[in-house]
Formats: sequence, C-alpha cells, structure tokens
Amino acid sequence: MQGLRIEGFQEERWQEIVKGVDVELDRGRVLGLIGESGAGKSTIGIASMGFCRPGCRITGGSITFDGLELTSSNDENLRQLRGVRISYVAQSAAASFNPAHRLIAQYVEAPVQHGVMDMSQAESQGKRLYKRLDLPDPENIGNRYPHQVSGGQLQRAMVAMAMACKPDLIVFDEPTTALDVTTQIEVLAAIKDAIRELNTAAIYISHDLAVVAQVSDRIMVLRYGEMVEIGDARAMIAAPREDYTRALLSVRKVREDKVHHAEEGDTLLEVRDVSASYGGPGGVPVLEDITLDLTRCNTIAVVGESGSGKSTLARAITGLLPPTKGSIVFEGKELPPSFKQRDKEMLRRLQMIYQMPDVALNPRQTVQQVLGRPLSFYFGMEGKAQRERVVELLEQIELNARYLDRFPSELSGGEKQRVCIARALAAKPDMIICDEVTSALDQLVADGILRLLQRLQNELKVSYLFITHDLATVKAISDEIVVMLNGRVVEHGPRDVILSPPYHEYTELLLASVPEMDPDWLDNLLHTRAGARLREGPISEQLT
Amino acid sequence: MLRDVLKALLNAPWSAKLGLVIIVINVTLMVFAPVLSPFPETEVVGDVWEAGFWANDCTPEGIAAYECWDEINRDREHKVLLGTDHLGRDLFTRLLYGARNTISIALVTTILSFAIGISCGFLAATLRGWVDQGLSRFVDVIMAFPTLIFALMILSVVGTSVGVLIVVIAILDATRVYRLSRAVAMDVEVMEYVEVARLRGERIWWLMRREILPNTLPPLVAEFGLRFCFVFLFLSALSFLGLGLQPPTADWGSMVKENAGAITFGIYTPLVPAAAIAILTIGVNLVVDWFLRKAAGLRDEY
Repeated sequence: MQGLRIEGFQEERWQEIVKGVDVELDRGRVLGLIGESGAGKSTIGIASMGFCRPGCRITGGSITFDGLELTSSNDENLRQLRGVRISYVAQSAAASFNPAHRLIAQYVEAPVQHGVMDMSQAESQGKRLYKRLDLPDPENIGNRYPHQVSGGQLQRAMVAMAMACKPDLIVFDEPTTALDVTTQIEVLAAIKDAIRELNTAAIYISHDLAVVAQVSDRIMVLRYGEMVEIGDARAMIAAPREDYTRALLSVRKVREDKVHHAEEGDTLLEVRDVSASYGGPGGVPVLEDITLDLTRCNTIAVVGESGSGKSTLARAITGLLPPTKGSIVFEGKELPPSFKQRDKEMLRRLQMIYQMPDVALNPRQTVQQVLGRPLSFYFGMEGKAQRERVVELLEQIELNARYLDRFPSELSGGEKQRVCIARALAAKPDMIICDEVTSALDQLVADGILRLLQRLQNELKVSYLFITHDLATVKAISDEIVVMLNGRVVEHGPRDVILSPPYHEYTELLLASVPEMDPDWLDNLLHTRAGARLREGPISEQLT
Repeated sequence: MLRDVLKALLNAPWSAKLGLVIIVINVTLMVFAPVLSPFPETEVVGDVWEAGFWANDCTPEGIAAYECWDEINRDREHKVLLGTDHLGRDLFTRLLYGARNTISIALVTTILSFAIGISCGFLAATLRGWVDQGLSRFVDVIMAFPTLIFALMILSVVGTSVGVLIVVIAILDATRVYRLSRAVAMDVEVMEYVEVARLRGERIWWLMRREILPNTLPPLVAEFGLRFCFVFLFLSALSFLGLGLQPPTADWGSMVKENAGAITFGIYTPLVPAAAIAILTIGVNLVVDWFLRKAAGLRDEY
C-alpha cells in the first residue's frame, strides 16, 4: 500500500480518516497495527482487501496485492480475490456468523463457491483444521450452531474459516478484544499456529500492544490516521522511539498516594450470604452465598471472567435484581431488597457508573441537564445555585463550563465517562459502584479516568466497589480484592495478600493469562501449560 | 435550532420540498378560506353542475381555456372557477371550506389518538407486567374488528356529531399508535440512562416524558404524518358513506359522494374534491418519507 488516503463521510462532510499511510508486507510475515480507537487501523486493514466501509471512499494512493492493483480493479476481480487469497477475521465472531446455519456449512461456503474444492473435501479439511486449532470434538463441532459454542471457540472457528482456502493474506481485526484473558490465550495460540502452518502473511489489528507483540514480526503504531512509528516488534518493545509509543508501553502505574481519613475502616456496606437468580426464586442461580464488606474511603475490586456474576452482584446491591436470599446492610441498617422500596436518601448515597458511557447518558440531554437533575431532585437546587454547582462538578472532573450546553454526541468517550462520574458525584454519595468503567475506553484515556477516581476518593471520602475483568486496573486501584468464579467468591482479601504468592489456583491462572510486553511470553506460557495439560477447553470448567 | 431546521429543509430532496409546498398551500387555503372564497359556504349561486374554466364549449374557435371561461361567464352574475355542485353551490368555495373542516378535524383526531396511544404505550413499556398485558390484549381485541365496520357500528348507535366522530376515530387509531410507541419505548427503556433515572428514584411521569419521549420522537413524528393521512382518508370515507360530517357542512369526502352521480354524465365535478384528497395525502406522505429516512439515518448511497 502506498500513500493510502481514505475519507469518511461524517457530520455532513468528508473527513480524512487515513492520511497517506504506506504499508508493505512480505509473504509469510505478520504486521501488527496498533493505535487508539479512531486511529484508522481497521480502515487500513479492510482497505488491504480493496474494500472500504459504506460512507467511506479511497481517495488516493495505491493498494498492490501480488502485482495486482486493487484500487482500480473491478468488482468481479476483487470478488475472486476475497475469501480465497485474502481473508478476514472480524472482532466479534458472534456477530459475524450467520446464526441460522451450522458452523461447517458456513466453513465450506467460501471454498465451494470459489470452486477451490468440492463439498466433501472442504468438510474433511474443515475437520482437520478444527483439530489443528484445538477445538473440542473436531469431528462433530461443525454440526453445531454458532450459539451452541463458546465465544473463544467461535473465534477459533472463524480463524479456521479464514484459513479454508489457504489464503496469502489474513486480516485479523481485533480478534481477541471481546474475550476474557483466559480465552484470549487459546485464540492467540490458534492464530499463531495458523500463521505458522500456512506460512501466510497477516495483518493483526489491536489496541493492546502486549497482544500484538505476541504474534507480529513488525509493528506499526498509528494515531489520527497517520503513522507514528514502524519497526521490528522486538526492537520496538525494547526501545520505542516516539513518546506516544512509550506512553502506550508504560504499564499502568496510576496508584496515587492515598490520603488516610479518620473515618477509614468504618464498615459502610455489608453483603451477607446473598444469592440471586434470574427468573424468580426457582430460576437459574447466578450468585451463591456472596459475602463481602466495604469499608469507608476504600476500594474493593471484584474480579472475574465474563459470566462470573460480577455485574449481577452490582444489580443485587443496587436493588435492580432483588436477592433471593441474604441481606445487604448499609451503615448498620438492612436495606429493602428492591430499589423501589428504598427511600430517596438511600438511593442518593449509593450511586452507579456504567461500562458504556454511550448508553448511560441520555442523548437528548445536555451536560447541564444531566448534572442538574440529581441536584434539583435530591437537594432542590435550582437556577443559579444549580448552575454554579454543575460548573463546580465539571471542574472536579477536569472539564469546564464550556461543556455545559453540549450533548453527549459532542463528547469523546473519555469525556462522556467523566460526565457519568460527575452525575454520580452530584448526589454526594457515600459509595459508588463502578461496573467495568474503563473497559470501553482506550488505554491512555482509561488511565486518566482511574487517576481521577482515586483523586476524588481522596478528596471526597467516597468508597468504590470496582467491578472489572482487567487485572492491571485491579492492581492500580484496589485496597481489597474479591475474586469471583461462576457466581461464587473464590478468594477474598487485601490486595497485597491476593496479588502475592502463594496464589489461589484460579487467581494464579488469571494473573498468568494477562499478556506481558514480552514477545516470547505466549510461547513460554504455552510451553509451561502444555506440561500441565491445561490447554483443552475453558479452564474454568476444569476448576469447578 | 431554527437555523438547523432551515438547513435541513434546504438539503431536503425535491420530493420532500414538493410535499411541503403542497402542505403549505393547503394550510393557507384552510386558514384564509373566508377571505379567499368568493361566496359563503352554503349559498346557491348558479345551475346544477355548471362547468368551470375547463369547459370546452368554445374551443372549436381556438380560444385558450381561460379566455373561454371568461367567454362563458361574461353574462353571469357570478364567476365560478371550478363550476358548481349538485345544488348549484360554488365548488371552489366548498373546496376551501371543506379543507377547513376536513383537515382540522383530522388534525385534532390525530393529536388525540397520539395522546392516548403514546401515554398507554409508554406506560405499558415502563411498567411491564400486568399493565402491559392488560393494555396489549385490550388493544388486540379492538384491532380484531375491521376499523370501518367498528366505526360504522358505534356511529350509527351513538349518532353522528363532530365530537363523537373525533373520539371514535381517535380511539380506533390509538391502537396502532399504541403498538408503535410501546415497541420503540421498549427499546429505549432498557438503556442504562433510564436505569440511572430509576435508581435515582424518579417517578414514572419523568421517565416517560424526559427520558423516553425525546429518544423515541423521530419514529413517532413520522408515524404522525402517516396516521394523519389515514385519519383524513377514513374521515372522507365515513363522509362518503353518509356517517361523517353532515350537510350542509362542506367536507371533501361528502363532496365526492354528493357529486358522484355527475360522473355518469361526463362531468368532472366529483373528481375535483377527490383530487384534493389525493394531492394532500401524497404531499404529506412525501414529507413523512423524507422524515423517516432522516430518522432512520439512511442515506441515498446505501
């Protein structure tokens, strides 16, 4: 690709998304593309297939694939190329599979359509590939429907599909971003195997440098549609040239010095033997006998993979999902199970911040309205007093009065999350439940949010119940840690006890699965685990 | 805000602009009917089914149509632009007053049906449970009857007056509005900002009005335009069947009905109000189409 320029139609005009990027990729090599959201990584990845999303257009430069110019090729030529010589693995396998067809039927589609092989050949080759990618029961898994296999397995089935025609180039677009750390390893291992096996070239797109380092030979760092740095993977990790790359590389060390208050140590919230289930008392149990204590001015982190019940715990505490058993005690008073029976004062003292700031803010309300409502609702604050308090809140979250009349669509992801924090603060709460508040944000932005939360804790003496799957976040922010698995507490204790040896078996697994900035990390880990035979299927199943 | 609206109008496709022009003309005629119309609403001004300016009595001489109309009307006491109806009243005058009655009644009815439909729909979506079940099954029952038959039944029992007409049509139409508003509110209701408001302790009225309504507005406004057309046609149909507005009040539906016999003599009179109905319906639909596309975020290149 030479001097590639792509424009996107946004806000009623054409804006350049990719500003003259050169990409060169040799046969059998892997290029990692890395950058924040909006950096143009996916757009470049898709452009390598001579394609751009609706609403975008390629305005300049050339894309040459094995001597063939793709920008000027007609649709028929491109169609011949795609799926056979270039294939694509999307971020969300769940959204990319057709839920109405069996896996194997979708697998054989490309090779049969393009006349590479016939149906039975394709099927037997598919089974071989499933086996190669370590999918359980490779003979029969193809007969399942997409919803009958786990997320990690589905992503591996998608990798198999991309390999079906033995392509020369595979584009991986954030294939592990939506997965848990333990599942991510399985998929990464499969991708690495696949590339090695076929000796194919690949473009690997991700926002996580540690992940990219595991699979790529070379890494390109992108920002605002421009190249920041390109270089050999090992060399870049060892010695980044640009400041921006260095910022991405820096491991989160956002722990601020904690100011100790006199009230610290008073118990604020006690959760006693709480069980909860969806679909009434006879329904599927999601939480079983959870017990934890939250003390004033402290942060308790609840860690676990998806499906471990961490968000359900938040819903049980807030009263959105009344617990079937057990009690929730706030400052020595037992709370009614449902939020409908709690009084206004109680609701005020317990606030919540969500994972996706996009859906947590009403798109039709300005920042002033969003922050003003809790003020008038809880404190009867109106007019000028309200406005002043809103500005004060905005300053607390490092924004200013210029944001008053903006709508959520006019804010960046990080700013939206800050407004959500301010909305919680407006109620002057004693406790805030943070449900994966940094998961949807880019790393640098997330660090800013974590730092802000810690500063606010020091200033306002609020306690956090911090729900996350990201152990780096946990290390950075927590005083106490609760590790959850399948609706139960596996381990519970102060941070330093949990995060230092001897580890609990499951905690160790989680810790070991966090990618490190070491290109050999994956190989070493798989090597160690191969001895322990932990690679078959989700490890959590073996533990229970 | 106003500038945004103007900008959106300027960028609108020609079909939407045409629709807007039609609506604006109709509204102007409706509002200024007493000023614009040459005669009072019910005055008899000439013979039955007199020809209007299109009459071709003198075309053999090769005169242009409007001159021809002058020719015909030279001796007349009054000039009739579109001819006269079955009682000799001026058709143009009747058309203007008809616009007044038909459009305003249709508008009031649509607004009423939306008020009922949206509040019930939002209530069902936010409260769920038995409220939702009860309202939805009740709506199913009403919808099981063919609308026209149901309306005819009620109107023939209760009797026809403007008030009854509005209420009956509004309730029947509210069932459709209910279904749509319940569906769109369900989508918004699961959003986290609604959950935040619930957890804040907000009352249901706030949830419906401030959190849900603004976010469901585009599809509802589009539906408003469509519903207006249906009400308008329904009203005309009822008038045509004799259960709508009662004579001598002018309205487009009954004008078609009263003059329908003329068509057998090759007189175009009944086609004039029929065309008026068709043109306004098409105009509103053109605007609604544009609005729907905007609301759905669709673009032409897709």
